[in-house]
Amino acid sequence: MSVEPFVFRTEARLVVLTGRRARNLPELLDQLTQVSGSCIFYHTHYLYLVQHFVKPRFYNDFANWASHSLQEERLAEQLAAIDLLAITSIRELRESIIATLRKHLERSPNMNRECRTGDEFHFCEAKSFIMTAGPAARDPAEFFEQIPKVSNACIHFHCFEARLRLEKTTNDFSQWLTAAGESSIAKKIDKLNPYAMTLDELKMSIAKLGRGHLRK
Amino acid sequence: MNASLLDYQEIVGKGVIDELRTIADRVNGRSLQNINSTAVGGGVAEILTRLVLMLQELGVSSTWDVIKGDQAFFNVTKALHNALHGKPEIITDEMLEIYRATTEMNLKIMQITGDVVLIHDPQPAGLIAFRKEVGKRWLWRCHIDVSQPQMQVWNFIRTYVQQYDAAIFSMPDFAQQLPIPQFRIAASIDPLSDKNKPLEKHCIEQVLEKYGIDSRRPILTQISRFDRLKDPLGVIEAYRLVRRRQDCQLVLAGGSAPDDPEGEAVLSEVHAAAAEDNDIHVLLLPPSSDLEINALVRGSTIVMQKSIREGFGLTVSEASWKKKPVIGGAVGGIKLQIIDGVTGFLVFSPEGAANRISQLLRDRRLRERMGENGYQHVRQNFLMTRHAKDYMLAMLALDHPGESVVNLW
Repeated sequence: MSVEPFVFRTEARLVVLTGRRARNLPELLDQLTQVSGSCIFYHTHYLYLVQHFVKPRFYNDFANWASHSLQEERLAEQLAAIDLLAITSIRELRESIIATLRKHLERSPNMNRECRTGDEFHFCEAKSFIMTAGPAARDPAEFFEQIPKVSNACIHFHCFEARLRLEKTTNDFSQWLTAAGESSIAKKIDKLNPYAMTLDELKMSIAKLGRGHLRK
Repeated sequence: MNASLLDYQEIVGKGVIDELRTIADRVNGRSLQNINSTAVGGGVAEILTRLVLMLQELGVSSTWDVIKGDQAFFNVTKALHNALHGKPEIITDEMLEIYRATTEMNLKIMQITGDVVLIHDPQPAGLIAFRKEVGKRWLWRCHIDVSQPQMQVWNFIRTYVQQYDAAIFSMPDFAQQLPIPQFRIAASIDPLSDKNKPLEKHCIEQVLEKYGIDSRRPILTQISRFDRLKDPLGVIEAYRLVRRRQDCQLVLAGGSAPDDPEGEAVLSEVHAAAAEDNDIHVLLLPPSSDLEINALVRGSTIVMQKSIREGFGLTVSEASWKKKPVIGGAVGGIKLQIIDGVTGFLVFSPEGAANRISQLLRDRRLRERMGENGYQHVRQNFLMTRHAKDYMLAMLALDHPGESVVNLW
């Protein structure tokens, strides 16, 4: 099947400060209804892109803040447990975070507890600069040959950014492989849970699936 | 010796350098003019010394100019600096007039040549008045902890800042309510500078011997300007608490900067507090002492940065890069650089610092583990290559206001 070559993209990020902050959960909730989608994406995804020699307890900033600065451990676990893979848009993600927070506030007697001065939650967002990364792949063989060589930022862009921030129904790799007539391997890649592994692990998993597929 | 990109590639990897080159291509010939208030002393001058060269090698024409000012002006800007850090200062109309007059004088003698003008800190902030004449893109880079500023002073500086295209702060905590975009760009260290490059053991020994420091006994070191916001007296207090039970020496070493008129007074206070204790070494080092500072840190057991306010506190990254555990005040950029309990400890008081010093002095393995973690933390987040990338992205960002995703292919 003839298909346009797959162009690998990578992204560089500049962190944008919104100047918005929260000292307690009602303020966090209020700000969550107002901040941009880019801000929601940043605080739930950027930690995946950071190379960790010490893995964070949660990859979700709201969860980390609730735990560290407000000692709201139950809420922190619930925020971190939001199933990002089941969510297909930032709007849906925002609603899910807000619903979790509202539910917690309804039953929490300490809803106005304030964090220590200097521990406020600061809302940020990213400005992503998307660039081409390496040669384009003309067929699945070339595609899988390239995968181990691309950067983690490239994997992040095609698996996280494209799916959720750009609201595609699947990751870019699966979309292209399906168009190239390789729907079985596309489905296998789509089934990988990128939130349950590091970007290095995700890259290796895709490469391994590719090697197995090409040997058939 | 000027390090080349290939030298940095050995430290950060080819992927990082390739990415820098790609972004530099997109900057597409536009030039960057840095302007600050001092050519030597302090973190800003140190960063610019190397960063300008790195950007040039990447093909981004980059220059650095310094504004002129007399002692009265720098007394005023030091007071403004302190007030922006939240320290109570009395700022009179006369002082603000001195600031305005020096700005006017600089407006007459400075040449604005860059396509993007990057103004560092409050001292030259008033140069934005040039904008009416020459146009260009203007960025204000704040290296100060402005999380709790004296509002009278922030409102004065704000009148200038809001005329810029964008402002840059080192941490989210420093962000302000402004009508212009704000970017976060953390400071960085140069791993190949004299202050940070690897040293032979005998060089370290030589420097310790020169200053009468015993390399066989534990050494606590704080490297910083003699500035009250760095709390050198608090460090001495912590050292004295530790010395009641454990043996150690204290090194307080730092330089002075022409734009910091308070240095001498603070140095006198430190000498008085150190009194006749021969194990406290107070070293006022000239600006050319980078190799000695490198050796002092490498020869140390624990490095301190017990600041009360801190714009960034690059000495933390410098120490972590040398695999030293760092104890720092939980303020400003120190919170970003020390992962509490992982690369060092964050403390809130001399007593807290003393407690952590004692713990680290007793546990060699903990010191080694924290040192290794700190090195990795700096390698990933606080090296100059990342700083160069962020400045280029900030230049590009000015062309794409309001866009969260920018296609550069």
